[in-house]
Amino acid sequence: MIPAAFEYYRPKDMAGVLSILEEHGDDARVMAGGHSLIPMMKLRLANVPHLIDLQDVDGMSGIDVSTDSIRVGALVTQADIIDNERLTEAAPILKEAALQIADPQIRYMGTVGGNVANGDPGNDMPGLMQCLDAVFTVVGAGGERNISARDFYEAAYMTAREDEEVLTSVTIPLPKGGYAYEKQKRKIGDYATAAAAVQIIKDDGVCGSASIAMTNLSDTPIFSEAAGAALVGTTVDAAALDAAVTAMLGDIDPTEDNRGPVAFKNHVAGVILRRAVERAWSRA
Amino acid sequence: MKDEVTRDERVDNLKGMGCSRKRVEDARFTQGKGNYVDDIKLDGMLFGDFVRSPYAHARIKSIDTAAALEVPGVLAVLTAADLEPLGLHWMPTLAGDKQMVLADGKVLFQGQEVAYVVAEDRYAAADGIEAVEVDYEELPVLVDPFEALKSDVVLREDLVAEDGTLPDGAHGPRKHHNHIFTWEAGDKEPTEQVIANAEVVAEESMYYHRTHPCPLETCGCVASMDKVNGKLTLGGTFQAPHAIRTVVSLISGIEEHNIRVISPDIGGGFGNKVGAYSGYVCSVVASIVTGKPVKWIEDRMDNLMTTAFARDYWMKGKISATPEGKITGLHCHVTADHGGFDACADPTKFPAGFMNICTGSYDIPTAYLEVDGVYTNKAPGGVSYRCSFRVTEAVYFIERMIEVLAIKLDMDAAELRRINFIKKEQFPYTAALGWEYDSGDYHTAWDKALKAVDYDGLRAEQTQRVADFKAGKTRKLMGIGLSFFTEIVGAGPVKNCDILGLGMFDSCEIRIHPTGSAIARLGTISQGQGHATTFAQILASEIGLPADSITIEEGDTDTAPYGLGTYGSRSTPVAGAATAMAGRKIRAKAQMIAAYLLEVHDDDVEFDVDRFAVKGAPEKFKTMKEIAFAAYNQAIPGLEPGLEAVSYYDPPNMTYPFGAYVCVMDIDVDTGVPDIRRFYALDDCGTRINPMIIEGQVHGGLTEALAVALGQEIAYDKMGNCKTGTLMDFFLPTAWEVPNYETDYTVTPSPHHPIGAKGVGESPHVGGVPCFSNAVQDAFRPFGNTHTNMPHDHWRIWKTANDLGLHG
Repeated sequence: MIPAAFEYYRPKDMAGVLSILEEHGDDARVMAGGHSLIPMMKLRLANVPHLIDLQDVDGMSGIDVSTDSIRVGALVTQADIIDNERLTEAAPILKEAALQIADPQIRYMGTVGGNVANGDPGNDMPGLMQCLDAVFTVVGAGGERNISARDFYEAAYMTAREDEEVLTSVTIPLPKGGYAYEKQKRKIGDYATAAAAVQIIKDDGVCGSASIAMTNLSDTPIFSEAAGAALVGTTVDAAALDAAVTAMLGDIDPTEDNRGPVAFKNHVAGVILRRAVERAWSRA
Repeated sequence: MKDEVTRDERVDNLKGMGCSRKRVEDARFTQGKGNYVDDIKLDGMLFGDFVRSPYAHARIKSIDTAAALEVPGVLAVLTAADLEPLGLHWMPTLAGDKQMVLADGKVLFQGQEVAYVVAEDRYAAADGIEAVEVDYEELPVLVDPFEALKSDVVLREDLVAEDGTLPDGAHGPRKHHNHIFTWEAGDKEPTEQVIANAEVVAEESMYYHRTHPCPLETCGCVASMDKVNGKLTLGGTFQAPHAIRTVVSLISGIEEHNIRVISPDIGGGFGNKVGAYSGYVCSVVASIVTGKPVKWIEDRMDNLMTTAFARDYWMKGKISATPEGKITGLHCHVTADHGGFDACADPTKFPAGFMNICTGSYDIPTAYLEVDGVYTNKAPGGVSYRCSFRVTEAVYFIERMIEVLAIKLDMDAAELRRINFIKKEQFPYTAALGWEYDSGDYHTAWDKALKAVDYDGLRAEQTQRVADFKAGKTRKLMGIGLSFFTEIVGAGPVKNCDILGLGMFDSCEIRIHPTGSAIARLGTISQGQGHATTFAQILASEIGLPADSITIEEGDTDTAPYGLGTYGSRSTPVAGAATAMAGRKIRAKAQMIAAYLLEVHDDDVEFDVDRFAVKGAPEKFKTMKEIAFAAYNQAIPGLEPGLEAVSYYDPPNMTYPFGAYVCVMDIDVDTGVPDIRRFYALDDCGTRINPMIIEGQVHGGLTEALAVALGQEIAYDKMGNCKTGTLMDFFLPTAWEVPNYETDYTVTPSPHHPIGAKGVGESPHVGGVPCFSNAVQDAFRPFGNTHTNMPHDHWRIWKTANDLGLHG
């Protein structure tokens, strides 16, 4: 558990970050909280000759809630999410999800930006952001660009972010309706056996829209458009739930690991989604 | 004025036995001021670490260290070829086998030590490890002991004679080249006959999975050879420092007086730190070669993947009974997977530990046990993880067999236990497999436990729950886990217990200082048990000086008397007895001093809490504090000055703590998630020294039991890759996963122990594992479940429900 030697940088601004990235290409990596990257380096699974710590870069630690959207800086920690009352009022699903990530010590260090940018299928924030239809802002030598969370994830640890780009913020349209983040895990600190993020709108007792994303059930988070569509126009009764689960199961592709075999994961994914939808619907 | 202090107050002032004295260790631990092995920093200290095998079974064609020696900071790379001239490329194990220190031509498990890189710091060592090039030729891997016993693949060529015959092993004849030993207890044919003729027989096969003690502090050492005075100082995570000293002397040839072994603060052992590891040997060699201190500290993956595991027992049982439920016979066969080397830590004559306690708390007239040890391509070990030697396996086996028999008889499992318990008046009781149980009152404990949890009410609730489940009103089942365990601890009598020929006595040496305080040194070593607190309490009651005035010191072989260390709940039964006996020697001399000072005959004074008083004239007395001073300033005819004593205690028997546990669990059938609603633990550990420490031990042992029963395992794939090498996959419960525990007790003193104490550290683990497991199994009993193997993690519980058709 000793990493190979690396150079450590702590630039004061984004220009400094970008210049190091440009100089060293994929030999350089940026780090926010470090809770994914450092263990990988210690296991020598990640070789990072040039490590750029973002902690001193200004402008990435804010949470701004406006009338139609929320902007969360990449360096905002899970603990910041949990503690921000205004944010919780505007988008309570964020706190509900953050409380299910790791443990308090890790949540003081782990960041939203790191969680979404790393591309680890076990991370909870990517699926959540897909559910919320968030947009990730990345900056590179050529300036800023926005990428939808639903288009960001290509494969495990592979994302639409280029090596020389830095994810700086996440923008979330102000969520409406009922919400739930439901996660089954073996213990505190574990990745999900299955997790579901649900936002749902009720119009006169009928589902007006539903957004559903699943975590750790494929090599990327899974935004299941079909599962959401299966609920729209229904009263979210048993038949609708069955249809949503069936649709979701068509979108995920879990693999066997120490949490259990595929049949178990598919079953639990269905149960978790069902519970998430029921809870979200009860809050809608 | 003195008389205003009442006798009760004098008792309280001592903080002796029975007092919930606060742990004196905690001030330093809670402030980060402990002194663990990795806190040892010596001038010029080097750091050593291992190149480890990525393969579970492979021949080593070559090792190229040239590039590693070019890495800045790397000073040396040791291989088996370097150790061979010293005769140190192999070392003896505690089980009578031998084990490679560094891979000698082949490797037998993933993570096995192949080369030892010595560097100026641990960073350079890690870079050096990357640069060592090892050319492996993969060999067929055997991870299943039943396959290993049939396979042509020879794991241990060193144990096959040149003509292909199999020499006897340390425990007799071997049946196959991958077979280690067969060990028997009890009467084979009578047992088979009883079972063959019985009206009711229940059979079950169960696997007690492989797990790991996983102490928070991993194993490590600092070896420092002083070439000027010829002395070797070895600080390390040793549960048995004196035994390590003797072993190091025997294998290194360094005379024992020139070796000083120090166990500083130890961050948990649980059996993991009993044996000798390659890291110790290589660090000693490296220090001798370089003339500098050398430190070796495992990381978590090293610890989980390579140092001693626990369990891995495949147990097959038959239990016979009358239709009324009176048990008539018990048959047990175990296939024991020991990994690549037999490095179990058991007393020499017990290659399966005390597995022959597997008749449990029951009066079973006829029994037979047979254990076959097997080599496989897994890490060696087989230690007693928070239990006396293999007692957890034994208690799990019988407590499952009882449940299986109850199902066969369609009987309540609590009642089945009750009608088969050894009765109070039968003690001392000689069990069919040979042990003599010292004392017990099982019925009283059982009745108290069942009443405390309202057992009948729980069963009624469970019946309603099953009806509700079947009616579609709930998806949660309710399980009631029962266990009644009898432990066998305090190894042990020298006549039948030794480790590497060292009798398993223990010791205490006491020095009373002139001003009435004292230091006591013992042959044991605390790893969190609180010895500095409790042993001082034993002494306080025995010698009448306050516990707060008594320092307890352990773990330095230059100062402590010889002892066999701390594991198997032996500290209180053995060293605690030595402490009491040494205290009584102090008291005997103090009596003579008091009589002299009071100008009466020795027999005319009597001990009273903290003083000797003249019989019939309690106002005439000398306090122990006064007596201590007199021992150093009075010329007393016929008495040497000073007040010191030493006792080496050879216990006449083991002690047999017992307990009654009940767990109530709700199980989500659809996700496999268990929720422990209630856990009640009644322990009888004989005389109670410190109730608060007992409670802490019970909480800790139960938590490790919860871990093992509900998810903690060392798992391998078919290629022998360890799948659970990190704490992401190896379940170590936190406060979040742990339920509230209710503790209770009865007191049945040990009749042969000087203070009647039996030991408690491991009881909760031994009793807890079957209790948690039985709760899971009981939840599914109404749907036809008889047995499923641990660990009961989510997917396995889900699978049980699925196999029973409960998912529709």
